[in-house]
Amino acid sequence: MNHDSYSDAYIRDILAGYRTIAMVGASPNTSRPSYFALKYLKQKGFRVIPVNPGQAGKEILGETVHASLADIQEKVDIVDIFRASDAALDIAREAIRIGAKVVWMQLGVRNDEAARLAEAAGLHVVMNRCPKIEYGRLSGELGWAGVNSRMLSSKRPLLGAKGVQHRMLATKT
Amino acid sequence: MTVERKPGFNTLAIHAGAQPDPATGARATPIYQTTSFVFDDVEHAAALFNLETFGNIYTRIGNPTQAVLEERVAALEGGTAGLAVASGHAAQALVFHTLLEPGDEFVAARQLYGGSINQFTHAFKKCGWEVRWADTTDPQSFRAALSPKTKAIFVESIANPGGIVTDLEAVAAVAKEAGVPFVVDNTLATPYLTRPIEHGADIIVHSLTKFLGGHGNSIGGAIVDCGTFDWLKSGRYPTLSAPCPSYHGITLAETFGNFAFAIACRVLGLRDLGPAISPFNAFLILTGIETLPLRMQRHCDNALAVAIWLARHDKIAWVNYAGLPGNQFHALAKRYCPKGAGAVLTFGLKGAYDAGIGLVSNVKLFSHLANIGDTRSLIIHPASTTHRQLTDEQLVRAGAGPEVVRLSVGLEDVDDIIADLDQALASV
Repeated sequence: MNHDSYSDAYIRDILAGYRTIAMVGASPNTSRPSYFALKYLKQKGFRVIPVNPGQAGKEILGETVHASLADIQEKVDIVDIFRASDAALDIAREAIRIGAKVVWMQLGVRNDEAARLAEAAGLHVVMNRCPKIEYGRLSGELGWAGVNSRMLSSKRPLLGAKGVQHRMLATKT
Repeated sequence: MTVERKPGFNTLAIHAGAQPDPATGARATPIYQTTSFVFDDVEHAAALFNLETFGNIYTRIGNPTQAVLEERVAALEGGTAGLAVASGHAAQALVFHTLLEPGDEFVAARQLYGGSINQFTHAFKKCGWEVRWADTTDPQSFRAALSPKTKAIFVESIANPGGIVTDLEAVAAVAKEAGVPFVVDNTLATPYLTRPIEHGADIIVHSLTKFLGGHGNSIGGAIVDCGTFDWLKSGRYPTLSAPCPSYHGITLAETFGNFAFAIACRVLGLRDLGPAISPFNAFLILTGIETLPLRMQRHCDNALAVAIWLARHDKIAWVNYAGLPGNQFHALAKRYCPKGAGAVLTFGLKGAYDAGIGLVSNVKLFSHLANIGDTRSLIIHPASTTHRQLTDEQLVRAGAGPEVVRLSVGLEDVDDIIADLDQALASV
């Protein structure tokens, strides 16, 4: 699988098809990208479970922080990695062990060996992408910031259930 | 995985950035003529102000009509994000405001639109940003103008007014070596003729007023982030790579990745200096862009015919149009703008300054005004108008000496365009 670029359908299927994200490297610091992503994804209806040994037992945005992926009692769909690229291999192994379906590495995080391992075990892999940015891009919200969504459609965008200026991800192109 | 089909340029010009309005189904882009937007609640408001979530707050910072225009221009240029502002001048001012601190320098080609020369020489000097001039026909001159304080290099892809085509890749190489972003003003070419991102540009600016809007009705400007410059690795642009004091310490390049520059221009420069585009102007310009490919091709075809006709006229001393086979930039034009050399050309009258004034007085179809890139054919004598604030030396360097007339060839029947020039030249 080519990890230099992903089709919109691949990303959309992942974001629309799964609900529970374990965010490894989640930070309580409100100016960190992981905090932004956690807040946004929760708002979009994802269950986001922060994982950070240094913050274990504390809360981030109302979610209890776990020390490791193995500590999580619920079924995890996506393991979202906010750590350096060289930490990704061990995290991918953990993700396979806990039965996750997707290993997702953040912007600037890329580990091809971890990707091969996860894919061999039947997981989907995304690297060097942020799920917040991808959700925003595919739902049309990111367009409000002038960002090139690289999507063309003559279908009406899906409005979020309540409130103004909330878009939801369409499951079909 | 199936490879997704990449839409063509004509398709992007019409569709990029736009979907039917979800609330009403309106197909054309609504003109959101509003200053402000309601929030769901205080949480929602806070998230918007903190940049934690995307949405519209206040039209000085962003507007849904403007957003369509921004995405459309970014898509046509192949960039990651766009920002539409009040004018091309404003676009340039915001780019440099985001990149430079007082005491910094940037290298710019001498062969530029007179307004840019004024902006760099006067307004930027007041901000402590020092311009070092280089010669766009000599890429090595950019290297010679570098210093440890250089933070950007700036050129026009096709330079106004003189029909000069820049060797973008040669200058891009100098910028890359120096570790500075390469800023290209692509106004005269438009992405239909030239896509600077394919030749090493990091940031693209436009005067939307010209060919993109195309109809001479709206002033506007745009910045396109190519997403190619590594702000974090460079470390010389703290606005992007250091914690941002007015957004609770987020680091823009970390939070926004490869569209961080466009975001920075919006949430800092545009927010604090305020050169916002009007939603109505944004609407007119994005509508104009829908026919960009058709219009640009006709502009180029007409301009070539006019240039050929002028070159044979006995009152014309020389014609500068890169589309002409004998022109010194013809080879560069074939390489960088193979579909055509644009609509703007200059020529020199044997009767010099007085003949220039006479010609602009005699035309009946051409409009004598300061603009380029209208459906209408336009004419001006730069020495007495657009380049009037320049010194004699700057005038000649910019290709706007006393005998020079500039045309922006429009979309009228080419025989009518030529007939007007013919009758006007008859009595100079």
